[in-house]
Amino acid sequence: MIVLAAAAVFLTFQTFAASRTPLPFIPKAVQKAEEGHAKVMRRNHMNLMFHKRDQTVRKGIRTDLNSLKGCVACHAVPGPDKQPVSFESPQHFCRACHDYAAVRIDCFSCHTSKPPGGEDLAVK
Amino acid sequence: MSDNDNIARRKILGGIAGMAGVSLASGVTLFSFAGAKEPGDAVTSKVRWGMLIDAGKCADGCDACVTACFKENGIGSTGRPESDPQWIRKVEVRDPKSGATKSLPVMCQHCAEPPCVDVCPTGASFKREDGIVLVDKHTCIGCRYCIMACPYKARSFVHEEITDQKTHAPRGKGTVEGCTLCVHRIDAGGTPACVEACNDTSGGAMLFGNLNDPMSEISKRVAKYNTRQIRADLRLDPGIRYRGL
Repeated sequence: MIVLAAAAVFLTFQTFAASRTPLPFIPKAVQKAEEGHAKVMRRNHMNLMFHKRDQTVRKGIRTDLNSLKGCVACHAVPGPDKQPVSFESPQHFCRACHDYAAVRIDCFSCHTSKPPGGEDLAVK
Repeated sequence: MSDNDNIARRKILGGIAGMAGVSLASGVTLFSFAGAKEPGDAVTSKVRWGMLIDAGKCADGCDACVTACFKENGIGSTGRPESDPQWIRKVEVRDPKSGATKSLPVMCQHCAEPPCVDVCPTGASFKREDGIVLVDKHTCIGCRYCIMACPYKARSFVHEEITDQKTHAPRGKGTVEGCTLCVHRIDAGGTPACVEACNDTSGGAMLFGNLNDPMSEISKRVAKYNTRQIRADLRLDPGIRYRGL
């Protein structure tokens, strides 16, 4: 029995240590999202963002769900100085996966990658 | 409840709202922005945003509107003025015969028939339903055809990389940009930054409003006074009008 338990522990350790594939470290969001958000977003965020950006730019629809600002604010990652990091930093939420998958995004060549602060909060 | 009942209820409610508007109206309009919309609503052509600029009140050498625009939209100088973006600029016009001069701001004139939209090869330059002419930078390829087509020199090209943009005003290298009429403020029920600055700190030469609403202040003034569109001969029907030119 003891041998079996020991074997089980050993096996578990082995499996853990044997996962040689490095996985991206995904930073925690600031707020708790509703059920299923992560699952849907992981697969569909690019399509949703395309769809919603057109709604916002072309039709002026500016709900919280349409807001890239909302994404950036909730997924802010604090840097060493406790201030949110920009896309320059590999710690940035979007970069965590995009670096891993080697998919280059150009959202942040125009949009700011930091959450709004101060006066910006007033305007959605 | 039948449809007829619904209509009747609406009429009554509309009547009450109208009375409230009238009883308060002693030079003060309660519903100054009848076009204000909910964040989830799409813009409609019931609204045509426009501006009336009184050249008589626009002071020579005052650039409050330009400063406010740059601050609002995070436009900084690169140190190379020839290639700096200009969303709004002060222009001095002079009558060659009399020598009389007038100073006035010129920005995107938000034409009803915008030539920048006609020439855009990707559909990035577009006119919103409410008359605001914008660049969809997601589809802009930076060809600058619109810059050439615009008779008002209202568009600029971003030549250099930009960091620390304002959250509500994304701007980036390789795209064309121009006055958005502060669309982020308008969608939230506000007025453009230049108009606000002109009214707060300067002569109050700028008036913003809905040209499609006959009860709006701008429509009343446009109906009352002699106002002009710049280069009206091109028949582009700009939404920006000037008085005292």
